[in-house]
Amino acid sequence: MIEAVGLTKRYGAKTAVYNLSFQVRPGAVTGFLGPNGSGKSTTMRMILGLDNPTSGQVTIGGYPYRKLPNAARQVGALLDAKAVHGGRSARSHLLSLAQLSGIPARRVDEVLGVVGLQDVAKKRSKGFSLGMGQRLGIAAALLGDPQVLLFDEPVNGLDPEGILWVRNLMKALAAEGRTVFVSSHLMSEMALTADHLIVIGRGQLLSDMSVKDFISANSADFARVRTPDTEPQLREKLTSALTGAGGQVLPEQDGALRVMGLPLPRISDLAHDVDVRLWELSPHQASLEEAYMRMTQGAVDYRSTIDQKAGLQQPLPPGAQPPMPVPGQGQPGWYAPPAPPQQGGQQFAPPQGQPPAGPYGAPAPGAAPAPAPGAPQPNPYAQAAPQAPVQPVATPAAPAAPAAAPAPAADLTKSEDAR
Amino acid sequence: MAAAQVVRSEWTKIRSVASTVWTLSLAVVVTVALGILISLLSRHEFDNLSRAERLSFDPTFVSFAGMSLGQLAMIVFGVLVVSNEYSTGMIRTSLAAVPQRGTFLFSKLAVATALAFGVGLATSFVTFFLGQAMLGEHRAALGDPGVLRAVVGGGLYMTLIAVFSMGVAAMLRGPMLSLGILMPFFFLISNILGNVGATEKVGRYLPDQAGSSIMRVVTPVDDDTPYGPWGGLGIMALWVLAALLGGFLSLKKRDA
Repeated sequence: MIEAVGLTKRYGAKTAVYNLSFQVRPGAVTGFLGPNGSGKSTTMRMILGLDNPTSGQVTIGGYPYRKLPNAARQVGALLDAKAVHGGRSARSHLLSLAQLSGIPARRVDEVLGVVGLQDVAKKRSKGFSLGMGQRLGIAAALLGDPQVLLFDEPVNGLDPEGILWVRNLMKALAAEGRTVFVSSHLMSEMALTADHLIVIGRGQLLSDMSVKDFISANSADFARVRTPDTEPQLREKLTSALTGAGGQVLPEQDGALRVMGLPLPRISDLAHDVDVRLWELSPHQASLEEAYMRMTQGAVDYRSTIDQKAGLQQPLPPGAQPPMPVPGQGQPGWYAPPAPPQQGGQQFAPPQGQPPAGPYGAPAPGAAPAPAPGAPQPNPYAQAAPQAPVQPVATPAAPAAPAAAPAPAADLTKSEDAR
Repeated sequence: MAAAQVVRSEWTKIRSVASTVWTLSLAVVVTVALGILISLLSRHEFDNLSRAERLSFDPTFVSFAGMSLGQLAMIVFGVLVVSNEYSTGMIRTSLAAVPQRGTFLFSKLAVATALAFGVGLATSFVTFFLGQAMLGEHRAALGDPGVLRAVVGGGLYMTLIAVFSMGVAAMLRGPMLSLGILMPFFFLISNILGNVGATEKVGRYLPDQAGSSIMRVVTPVDDDTPYGPWGGLGIMALWVLAALLGGFLSLKKRDA
């Protein structure tokens, strides 16, 4: 159990964390979310006693970290992948940590195997990639078989296999009753891993609730329905039928319809009743990413803008089309779903006849965030699918379904360490 | 957390980085090689010396002449042992594992000091014996009065220089800053202050000048130094304690 009360940290004039109070409970994966520079790492550092809070306090199991008896056996932490001496071999690094609490060298080889670094155990960590560094950091966190685990951005730089492994590892650790606190700036990743979410922005608490509550409070599921382009009157017909049945219908840029409040089978039935053919009927979940971005919108410190390339721009050769802007870039309001045509969505409408923009090519607002390097799939909707097939609109898909929490048989080898 | 476990861990850390081997072997090689060279030269120059200079001739001290350069490698060793933690980010891992910062720092210093003492003492004996062999008929023997003290003192001197550097590095954290201050200080500034008449009286209280008096057996003829060999080493030890205290307080108070 990690408990923060009125935690505040100032660096000179800048307040990194302000009056943060939260609890991280055992037996669940608690996600810690916030934009870059929102104070996640500072909070983590204060939990670990590396930084002293300006005011307030944070305790683990009732003790401030610096007073914690045998901290190395109680708490395992991955702060950042490069917090190692690059000239030291992976094994020596872990061995030096193991010796702190009398952990036998056998255990070092064991965790090296768990994270898959046994082949480079004798190599200097200087040559490690970011992902290998993360694995080494995770190995260090697991070393003492601790009851409390902290991970700061654990999936950064990991390959898809590694991301899946970390996800299952976190869940398995939590299922054993441990306290697992994971920071990330990727909502889509947290949605799959965490049971509980703590969201901060500009160092202040924005939200502290379970993922389930977060979803029901923030998500808007919808179905995308497409009628034949060739017969616009069918679209009108279907719209009135759906509205009549109690659904909300919004037209999309490319002629599709966004339908809320009706389950998919019902939409299909209604279309059949009014004799309208469908080209597309697909379930969508307004992703947690969108909800998260809306929540932190006002608290983003570092916002990217469109690169104007002043002075670098070559005149386009005659006949060439200017490149399409990346949806979402430099558009603070772009993620507000659903987007009515006049609301900043205009620029995404591909000019008619543009080859790359087929009927399905229009970017949906939710699909736009550029995936972080290493994210398994760019589409947040697609991620949700394997966990819990997206149900008709009425039932919000719960990606971090409790059913997934006990270690699935598939990751027996990987999570062996955790048991 | 038992200090013994932290000491074990620090031992693993110190022997698993290449810089330890490099800096320490450099200290040995430079001190011994330069000691041999200067001893050899002194033997040939002896007949040209004035009477006062011959009376002041200290064969033991001559054979330790290499320490003026060898100590720089010891400084690098001391600085790197501590500041490596900061420059690599390892300090966060270390302090997350050992939240008791005093235990952490002093275990680290204990291991590095023991290692520096072992290497320093061996260097001191080797450079003494090889230096004396070069000095021929002017040589001193280990059994002569004060010589054993000087040779053991040579090892202590090298150790204290290294520990002083560790304390300074714990205060300053960055290796570049620490080395940028310590190297010119011990290589140039201390020598200048000690040899210019106006500052000589201040200069001899600097750690290296005071400490190196432990390696003298023959007092120079017109010497007016107000402290003896052990007094000089004591002054140096006070400098070291001050640096360690500063380093400890800095680690204790500041965010890592």
